[in-house]
Amino acid sequence: MGLLNRTAVELAAAIRKGEVTAIEATKAVLTQMEEKEDKYHCYVTVDKEGALARAQAVQKKIEEGFESPLAGVPVAIKDNMCTEGMLTTCSSKILGNFIPTFSSEAVLNLERAGAVILGKTNMDEFAMGSTTETSAFGVTKNPWNTDHVPGGSSGGSAAAVAAGECFYALGSDTGGSIRQPASFCGVVGLKPTYGTVSRYGLIAYGSSLDQIGPLCKDVTDCATVMEVISSYDEKDSTSIKREDTDFTSALKEDVKGMRIGLPRDYFGEGLDSEVKGAVLKAAETLREKGAVVEEFDLSLVEYAIPTYYTIAAAEASSNLERFDGIKYGYRTENYEGLHNMYKKSRSEGFGPEVKRRIMLGSFVLSSGYYDAYYLKALRVKALIKKAFDEAFAKYDVILGPVAPTTAPKLGESLSDPIKMYLGDIYTISINLAGLPGLSMPCGMDFKGLPIGLQLIGDCFQEKKLIQTAYTYEKARGVFGGKEA
Amino acid sequence: MAKQYETVIGLEVHVELATKTKIFCGCSTAFGGEPNTHTCPVCTGMPGSLPVLNKQVLEYAVAVGLATNCTISRYCKFDRKNYFYPDNPQNYQISQLYLPICQNGRVEIETEEGKKFVGIHEIHMEEDAGKLIHDEWDDCSLVDYNRSGVPLIEIVSEPDMRNAQEVIAYLEKLRMIIQYLGASDCKLQEGSMRADVNLSVREAGAKEFGTRTEMKNLNSFRAIARAIEGERERQIDLLEEGKKVVQETRRWDDGKGESYAMRSKEDAQDYRYFPDPDLVPVVLSDAFLAAIREKQPEFREDKMRRYKEEFDIPEYDIEIITGSKHMADIFEATVALGSQPKKVSNWLMGETLRLLKEKGMDSEDVRFSPENLAKLISLVDAKAINGSVAKEVFEAMFAQDMDPEKYVEEHGLKTVNDEGALRRTVEEVLAKNPQSVEDYRNGKEKAIGFLVGQTMKAMKGKADPGMVNKLLKELL
Repeated sequence: MGLLNRTAVELAAAIRKGEVTAIEATKAVLTQMEEKEDKYHCYVTVDKEGALARAQAVQKKIEEGFESPLAGVPVAIKDNMCTEGMLTTCSSKILGNFIPTFSSEAVLNLERAGAVILGKTNMDEFAMGSTTETSAFGVTKNPWNTDHVPGGSSGGSAAAVAAGECFYALGSDTGGSIRQPASFCGVVGLKPTYGTVSRYGLIAYGSSLDQIGPLCKDVTDCATVMEVISSYDEKDSTSIKREDTDFTSALKEDVKGMRIGLPRDYFGEGLDSEVKGAVLKAAETLREKGAVVEEFDLSLVEYAIPTYYTIAAAEASSNLERFDGIKYGYRTENYEGLHNMYKKSRSEGFGPEVKRRIMLGSFVLSSGYYDAYYLKALRVKALIKKAFDEAFAKYDVILGPVAPTTAPKLGESLSDPIKMYLGDIYTISINLAGLPGLSMPCGMDFKGLPIGLQLIGDCFQEKKLIQTAYTYEKARGVFGGKEA
Repeated sequence: MAKQYETVIGLEVHVELATKTKIFCGCSTAFGGEPNTHTCPVCTGMPGSLPVLNKQVLEYAVAVGLATNCTISRYCKFDRKNYFYPDNPQNYQISQLYLPICQNGRVEIETEEGKKFVGIHEIHMEEDAGKLIHDEWDDCSLVDYNRSGVPLIEIVSEPDMRNAQEVIAYLEKLRMIIQYLGASDCKLQEGSMRADVNLSVREAGAKEFGTRTEMKNLNSFRAIARAIEGERERQIDLLEEGKKVVQETRRWDDGKGESYAMRSKEDAQDYRYFPDPDLVPVVLSDAFLAAIREKQPEFREDKMRRYKEEFDIPEYDIEIITGSKHMADIFEATVALGSQPKKVSNWLMGETLRLLKEKGMDSEDVRFSPENLAKLISLVDAKAINGSVAKEVFEAMFAQDMDPEKYVEEHGLKTVNDEGALRRTVEEVLAKNPQSVEDYRNGKEKAIGFLVGQTMKAMKGKADPGMVNKLLKELL
């Protein structure tokens, strides 16, 4: 088996056994990048020399006895997570020159586990978008078909995993930004329960919704990475102390008696028939494996999108105020006075989708509209959470599609932002309710593009998702067999 | 002036809390320091940084709320106040709007007109901003984030005050409460207490409030009193001329004794307040509140009452000593060490106040310890040193706290009680000053004063004056 076809866990085992070194693995990935980056453009920054130096250091530690399930494995980081000394741009011109002085907690957790950081992956600007086309540094293409988008906003991370340009990657998910690109690129992505992975060092989009998670080749890698990046962090007030982060203990082929609910609203109008067929077939597979599968009505699904775009935009409008050209980042060249500098730096530094959301967010927070929009959205958010609470009283796992379609063609989505927003319908409410959601491939459409299956759990029930996903993965068999 | 006008005043008082670290990060709050040295990613608004509430800030805010009879919110939140300005690194200030920590309090004040209550609308916690330094030479501005994130509480009063005396009594009252709590040193000149005055006037007897203005940049009680008088007159003049008062923020220029408009309500920004999603709501437990209640100190009024009962010292002394928690602490600790209250009070009221005034210092700056003051008093009681030597020792102790016994020893200041030695000195003095001896013997009683002085001089001040007198009379 080729080195690049190995999963992260397999590679780590081979390194541990001395069959291959971290340096060789890193070199193999860098070579793959040299061949593929022109075509896919997964990365904003590739830190070739740094990666090799880190690989050497980790290899030495491993030889000295350091043990960790991911030691020596090369990883890609979404470009909205701070990396000390390494460019961190959020794929925005306004942070085009920004080099952080500290690393995000999730990245530090990886480094402590001996990960080899390769570089920073492309994304929608400030994670706003569903296609990675809003990046200021060019689009990323779907490795399964380069006429199509990889999804977004963690499109660079998903594509890099699919293209063998890394062994796994970190992404962030505010409304589906891990699960949807994972679905479009045929990889496994997990958005953990809000508060499980520290947000310290993650450049905020919608603070109450953002969560870092892994994008991997399979469920085993996903559970393993989750174990490493989950941590209670005193630097993040929203971080939660959890005793149950032994996610790999859920890698069991067993769904007997697992109660799985299929929300009828997730299979109605707007869902592509091929996607629907593949997802229902996956549900059938789980039923055959002993799960109890039934349909139910999850209420309020149609309110998720307006609620999300109100809350996320409101938070974003404030979170992005610090990018003003004063302290770091882009500053316009010619200006007269402070106000003009702010205006020009921000007008020139932000792209259209970011500006749209800043304006939307500023509007819903402005006096006279706050109650009607923002407060109302918070109330709906609470109701959506309640609807899920009722569902999880009956079911262990909710199963549905990740997105209504497979990956759209490049350029198709940006012309119609409303349509792009509607594409988030199945992923968004999970963030509003703070729930964990897992996305994994369950088939191909006639164009040869991957179809994603979404498993949703109650808060802190990642293990049920992992167990269900692992069982399904075994039953499904190897997916795709594409690339590398 | 035909009409009678009533002035209506409410205050917004910002108090810098005396925490060691900032409100949302671990950086030092120490004053001074090279620009941008007390900073980190959090208080400079670096991307990816997150705030974490300093629990001490919460404790101080609750303690001040309890001391001002507020209702403490058991569930409160922080909100973001959004506005663009370079002293504010995130371009939003973390403050509290919707659910402040304390509400509906009141404090009692006393002026010449008697006692009254001033209502407290709310107290909220917030972060301070950085400092802009405008460099006229280079035509640019620099920013120092050392102050960014220093914790503040803002105490918002009801519009219950009617003149400058009441305003100053209210501020004194707040300052006393907060100093007693140790929550801040409340120095107006240094900006650790800042008051903005909201003022309007209305015809006497009117029910509706007039249009108010907000006055900023008031750095002393004197400036506050002057600004209130000035603004009252300005508003009355406008009304008398048939003009309207414009709702605006004004800046007081104490040098010129006048104010000018900074911004009107029309330019008022929409701060787009909303709950900060990076901070979780603060939920206060019974135990937390009980612990703070338990720790509340004896406040000034109670202390004054108790002093009257326990110590035989003048009421005026009580007022001055309890006017500073620090002085009261020294007083009580010294008395507890066995010194007579009146003697302790005398040292504090006399030499201490004199030296503070002479050196332009504040009561809070007193550094000598109760132990050493007690020792000094014992030395005097035991007649080991005389009064003027004691003052000399005290002055040294005031400059730098030290053991007076050692000091007296090392400097050889002990009163000479050896009658033989003293007798010899007196004899020498008499021998050297035959004219004075002659004068005395001829009935000039005053001449003995000169001889006492000469003896003390020869003894380098260390003689017991009573004994010198006695010996002189004997030998003459």
